[in-house]
Amino acid sequence: MLIAIFTDIHSNREALEACLAHAAHRPIGRYVFLGDYVGYGADPEFVVDTVQEYAARGAVTLLGNHDSAAIGTPERMNDVAARAIEWTHRQLGPAQLAFLASRPLTVRDGGQLYVHASAADPAACDYVLDERSAGRSLQATDAALTFCGHTHVPALFHLTVTGKIAGFDPDAGVALPLTPQRRWLAVIGAVGQPRDRNPAACYALYDGGPRTLTYVRVPYDIESAARKIRDAGLPQFLAARLAWGR
Amino acid sequence: MTLRRLEPGHAIDGFRLDAPLNPGGMASLWRVTHPDIALPMVMKIPFMRPGENPLAIIGFEVEGMILPKLEGEHAPRFVKSGDFSNPYIVMEYIAGRSLKDRLGETPLPAEEVAAIGTAIAVALHDLHAQHVVHLDVKPSNVIMRDNGEAALIDYGLARHDQLPDLLAEEVSGAIGTGAYISPEQVQGERGDPRSDLFALGVVLYFLATGERPFGEPGNAREWRRRLWRDPVPPRAWKSDLPPWLQEVILRCLEIDADARPATAAELAFALRNSECVLLTERSRRTRRDGVLTVAARWLRARKPVLPPQRRSIAAQLARAPIILAAIDLGAGHEGLSEAIAVAVSRLLATEPGARLACVNVLKVSLLTIDPVADAQGRNIHLQRLVELKHWARALPVAAERVTYHVLEALDPADALIGFARANRADHIVIGARASSALRRYLGSVSAQVVAEAPCTVTVVRTAGSR
Repeated sequence: MLIAIFTDIHSNREALEACLAHAAHRPIGRYVFLGDYVGYGADPEFVVDTVQEYAARGAVTLLGNHDSAAIGTPERMNDVAARAIEWTHRQLGPAQLAFLASRPLTVRDGGQLYVHASAADPAACDYVLDERSAGRSLQATDAALTFCGHTHVPALFHLTVTGKIAGFDPDAGVALPLTPQRRWLAVIGAVGQPRDRNPAACYALYDGGPRTLTYVRVPYDIESAARKIRDAGLPQFLAARLAWGR
Repeated sequence: MTLRRLEPGHAIDGFRLDAPLNPGGMASLWRVTHPDIALPMVMKIPFMRPGENPLAIIGFEVEGMILPKLEGEHAPRFVKSGDFSNPYIVMEYIAGRSLKDRLGETPLPAEEVAAIGTAIAVALHDLHAQHVVHLDVKPSNVIMRDNGEAALIDYGLARHDQLPDLLAEEVSGAIGTGAYISPEQVQGERGDPRSDLFALGVVLYFLATGERPFGEPGNAREWRRRLWRDPVPPRAWKSDLPPWLQEVILRCLEIDADARPATAAELAFALRNSECVLLTERSRRTRRDGVLTVAARWLRARKPVLPPQRRSIAAQLARAPIILAAIDLGAGHEGLSEAIAVAVSRLLATEPGARLACVNVLKVSLLTIDPVADAQGRNIHLQRLVELKHWARALPVAAERVTYHVLEALDPADALIGFARANRADHIVIGARASSALRRYLGSVSAQVVAEAPCTVTVVRTAGSR
């Protein structure tokens, strides 16, 4: 089965639409959203509604730390993010807030674990950025494959035969075999706010047959997304960084 | 994991074990059949005994990652692999003869060494173009198909530059086979396609002389000698070995990868066009380097090595393209050949590692199929070569990177396309004459080359013909 995995959409309608349109050309058997639907961008209602529609049709939809903050849970956040969350909270209606509030932190599907950030403490939302943090996450689960987001930087970690953790910087468009001999932790890059110096939206396709993971980059209308952020009166930096991809 | 005792007639995931083959060092091999798959197949089952070398287990995993990525006739086709509790890989069984079986016949004649070397180099170029370095090229991993093509098997030590390198993460230091490992592999580098050319150089040396240039050193300490000690020149073993073959073999065995052929295609080109091999001091060498040279290299080898950078195999290939310039010679074509020279100069300026093959087609008619000497008694073929060299004299390219070829053919376009395909050309530069009603009717050479060439084609026109 082909699984499409999206994370860190951050109220970016243009990026989400581009990724979903790209995925729609493929025989997707399951949609997975790893959280952080809102925050930063100017289209929280559209994004939450869209994800809710996919959830109604069986998609896995998790809770991210920005979603948690948007429903009123205190979260550690920098000033820019906090201002965006205050604005986001005012845009969302009761049904949208209720949808976010009922999202789980993790979903286990056989040998696969879905989580927004580190599996070590899903609510704490640690960043899986390097071998050390990846090791903490891998040690916290016995899942053969963990898929997470949160860092906005695509990365692939694995536990070696002798118990070492190794990291890999994946190229887009390459089907990476996740061999059954070891455990893997895939950090999926962001749909709505990439930070790996590539401004194109990122999502991933996991094919359970040959066990391959492909990171996909989709160019989208950055100018429109950025203009809406400025028009909404959100911090200018949030608009500018979309084009920088960082 | 349970140890399975395997017998002919057993079935694994629907594959019937027919007969065992000679086991590899790290796995047992079986001819297998499947009711739904017509392909002749072999199943590889890793030895998973307690205390087994972890390299064997990781190598099996690596092969399972890389083999499904490979296409073409130079690697076995991947069929299926098993899961964690039932590890196996099923792949195409390649009919042919292992090069290992021919080692008893060495030394082989130079022409045969060149033909085998060309086939292996072409196979390696195909792998390299697919982002894979084999890193364990040796006779037992080469199958010569009945049609003369070579296929490489066993990707347990290979590296795919777009996939995680599971071996490098587990093992620090040298991974390879003692007799064939390249100096940079000894230092832990696993991303350079020219490492395969070094190993192929060892194979060619062995085939041509019956001797191994570095013996069969057993441990990594002995492997390090490769960083400073050059081999005995092949002609010291076999004095009738042609100088061009010694030149090619010793270039492959250069300690510094930059001194080797830049790509496998370049090596195949040299082996296929032996008359074009520029003979240097290497071809005349009769003994190994002196003690001072070796001592200097030994001192250099003691320096700590920079950590290997993540280098793209594709980038190494792209640095050294083969450019084919198709030139019309003679009266009436001066303007066009001048324009082609300008276009080629621009390409060479942007690709300093490029090789240039200057090609002229001598059109023969069915009536006078053999090249005739003209009225002055000069051989036309020779005269064309002289004119080609004259044409290329001002191009910004070193002499050792240019070759000259006069092809005799009935159909110039077919000849150019065939040459480009056989020599793995990356780019053809060809002139187009002015359009005319007659040419539109007959079809032009350049149009056919554009339509059928296996690579990029630049068509040059002169200002007057636009």
